[in-house]
Amino acid sequence: MSRRTGRVAAITITAVPLLFVAVLFGWPLVAILGRGLAPDGRLDLGPVGDVFTDPSLRGVVWFTVWQAALSTAITLVLGIPGAFVLARMRFPGRDLVRAVVTVPFVLPTVLVGSAFLALGLARSLGAILLAHLFFNYAVVVRVVGELWSHLDPREEDAARVLGAGRWRTFRTVTWPGILPGVLAAGAITFLFCFTSFGVILVLGGPTRSTLETEIYRQTTRFLDLPLAAALSVVQLVAVAALLVVVGRLQRRASTPRGLGAARDLARPPRTATARTFAAVNLAVMAALVGAPLTVLVVRSLTPAGGVGLANYRALGQLRAGSILAVAPLDAVWNSVWIATIATVIAVTVGGCAAWAAARTRSRLVEGILALPLGVSAVTVGFGMLIALDRPPLALRGTVWLVPLAQALVALPFVVMLTAPVLRAIDPRVRDAAAVLGAPPGRVWRTVDVAIAGRALLGAGAFAFAISLGEFGATSFLVRPDTPTLPIVVYRLLSQPGSAAFGAATAAGVVLMALVVVAMVAGDRLRFGRVGAF
Amino acid sequence: MLTVTSLSVRLGDTEALRGVDLTVADGEVVCVLGPSGSGKSTLLRAVAGLEPIAAGTVAWNGADLAGVPTHRRDFGLMFQDHALLPHRDVLANVAYGPRAHGASRKAAEARARDLLAVVGLAGLERRAVRDLSGGEQQRVALARSLAPEPRLLMLDEPLGALDRALRDRLVRELRALFDRRERAVVLVTHDHEEAFALGDRVVVLHDGRVHQDAEPATVWGAPATAFVAGFLGHNVTTAFGPLLAVPPDGLVLDPAGPVAGRVAGRTFRRDHFRIRVTLADATALEVTVPADRVPEPGAEVHLALRPGAGIGLPEA
Repeated sequence: MSRRTGRVAAITITAVPLLFVAVLFGWPLVAILGRGLAPDGRLDLGPVGDVFTDPSLRGVVWFTVWQAALSTAITLVLGIPGAFVLARMRFPGRDLVRAVVTVPFVLPTVLVGSAFLALGLARSLGAILLAHLFFNYAVVVRVVGELWSHLDPREEDAARVLGAGRWRTFRTVTWPGILPGVLAAGAITFLFCFTSFGVILVLGGPTRSTLETEIYRQTTRFLDLPLAAALSVVQLVAVAALLVVVGRLQRRASTPRGLGAARDLARPPRTATARTFAAVNLAVMAALVGAPLTVLVVRSLTPAGGVGLANYRALGQLRAGSILAVAPLDAVWNSVWIATIATVIAVTVGGCAAWAAARTRSRLVEGILALPLGVSAVTVGFGMLIALDRPPLALRGTVWLVPLAQALVALPFVVMLTAPVLRAIDPRVRDAAAVLGAPPGRVWRTVDVAIAGRALLGAGAFAFAISLGEFGATSFLVRPDTPTLPIVVYRLLSQPGSAAFGAATAAGVVLMALVVVAMVAGDRLRFGRVGAF
Repeated sequence: MLTVTSLSVRLGDTEALRGVDLTVADGEVVCVLGPSGSGKSTLLRAVAGLEPIAAGTVAWNGADLAGVPTHRRDFGLMFQDHALLPHRDVLANVAYGPRAHGASRKAAEARARDLLAVVGLAGLERRAVRDLSGGEQQRVALARSLAPEPRLLMLDEPLGALDRALRDRLVRELRALFDRRERAVVLVTHDHEEAFALGDRVVVLHDGRVHQDAEPATVWGAPATAFVAGFLGHNVTTAFGPLLAVPPDGLVLDPAGPVAGRVAGRTFRRDHFRIRVTLADATALEVTVPADRVPEPGAEVHLALRPGAGIGLPEA
């Protein structure tokens, strides 16, 4: 392969994810903006101005910002020590704890909102902050932990030997090492809280509204598309600006690091202090994740005050008067195959994107791919609904639309989990392969793909879990005869009566189990000893 | 035969190589000697086709290699710090080259086993490269670079971070290995003893320029520039008149000597002492003295030049 062929291959690999995002996200976004900003074909900027002049809308913007900032701060403060415990300490059941901690992240927001309500929490700011912590704790643990598990402990040892105390060592060696992860995790958390939808809807009550729920309200209740679009524009600009700032910070903070032996760095806690530290953090995780999920499981097993499996048996039946067209149990199969297709797409496209992102060292590709995350699944779903309805892209009504939407939502995570591993490959290893006679294609296959393979498998499991639990976009695009599990949960919740609520909790537990299996499998694939390659 | 002509390479804003000429015949071992930052590694990378060339040519048997990509050059390069494939075991690392050249898995692994035996690592085939010691990694890297039978073998600080005893043994083994194979070899090092022990010819590089290209004895006995003399540990001085390079054992303590100074320090060197003498003009000279006649620090001494020990240097 000549240099030119290599360049053509590189351009193709870069073009695939960009084209994917352009068609499935860019084009729907254009459709929304076109419909909202220029409903009559003429530009009308009045509604955008209203967002900042109308006192109640200004209040929405302000609340969106400060609740997101407060949620992010709380999540980082509690999540960073948790990341350390799960990345650097070895103890029995760690893989399980890792998987369990990640479960909330992929749970449908409506379900979690209900679980917090079932826990006895009133609709309040505290409930919102707690729910955001519940959801994003895993983001910090995963993203910061990923970096922490690759940070060579000898760097810290070297600092200690040079006379640095524990605090100075942390400040001068550890913190700079994990800072890119902290910034990335903080940015992701802020984005999620900034665009929080289900949590605010369920736990915020009628008086607390974010941009996201306001878009939803204006669209569905008041059918005020121009104002909804104006709010979308404000949100999009804010998210884009945030991504640019974060990209800058990340670039400044990141230095190429060696691929530390991820599996050898964790040590059992040896001192009493270390054991206490681990115990406190595990207790936080247990309370945070355990309480709502336990209540959920307990509710699912106690139908109408008694104890039994009636709620689960109800899943197999198509009840008369139900708004579901199929038995809830069929939704399990729907969720699995739809999530499988979505995962294959997300890993293929995301792998290409991660490679392109790592190669250029610019964060542009990651920034573009992170846009669907910032703009929220609700907007993605709504946009695809109105944009992919007509030829040449009449995907609505085909089985492809839901998997494509879920892949789009999962894509940024695949890139975030894979690109750092590719970036960490010592470029001289590629040089060595070339000197040994490997043409560029072979170098790519035997170095990049081989090393990033395990990261890709882990990212695939994550994508699968996200697709299983995806609610925002799916709710707009799902076909009545092929609902997924989260849709079933939501529909059951919206029915009155404790029988429906009981069935909803049972369906939620099944969904949770599927997600845990996917995450444990992913962790095994990624961290387990893989035989000789 | 490798012919490098007027080679210049730019790394960002710095000129890493400025008009370097170098030839390596088949069966010849050339050592490129220089301090860190002199451009040694860049030279190897440019020859391998890993670094774009600003000016000049790299040719093999007279054919310019300008359009030939790295993997088609059939050159071997052993990297500083080895650059082993971290996800592959020892055998797969060594078999990588033959596989890339189209050998079957079986043939490639057989070849890899042979070479691991040559470097003394038989039995470690299935070990992860991360679990190896520095010396073992170094041997894997050597075996890996030999495996595809490259027509030119380049080694970048091959004995870099190894301990003294291991270095000495590997220097002998490398020399034996080079003598058995009629290959062109370029070896880069900052250690002149290593260069003298391994090289048929030594090329001294500094600031991207070749300061001297000669046999080891000539480089030691007749350094071409003040830099070369200083780098080899010679005194570079005008204390005896013209600019001279004088090895430490070319000076003797002599009460009637023409140069006076004060002993500023002394170091034990196995069978002798090395003392440092500060002169009136604040320059210093290193002098070798027998262990039984070491002056105390602070003592006034006079120095004389052994006959024929001073090497004339061109005035800079």
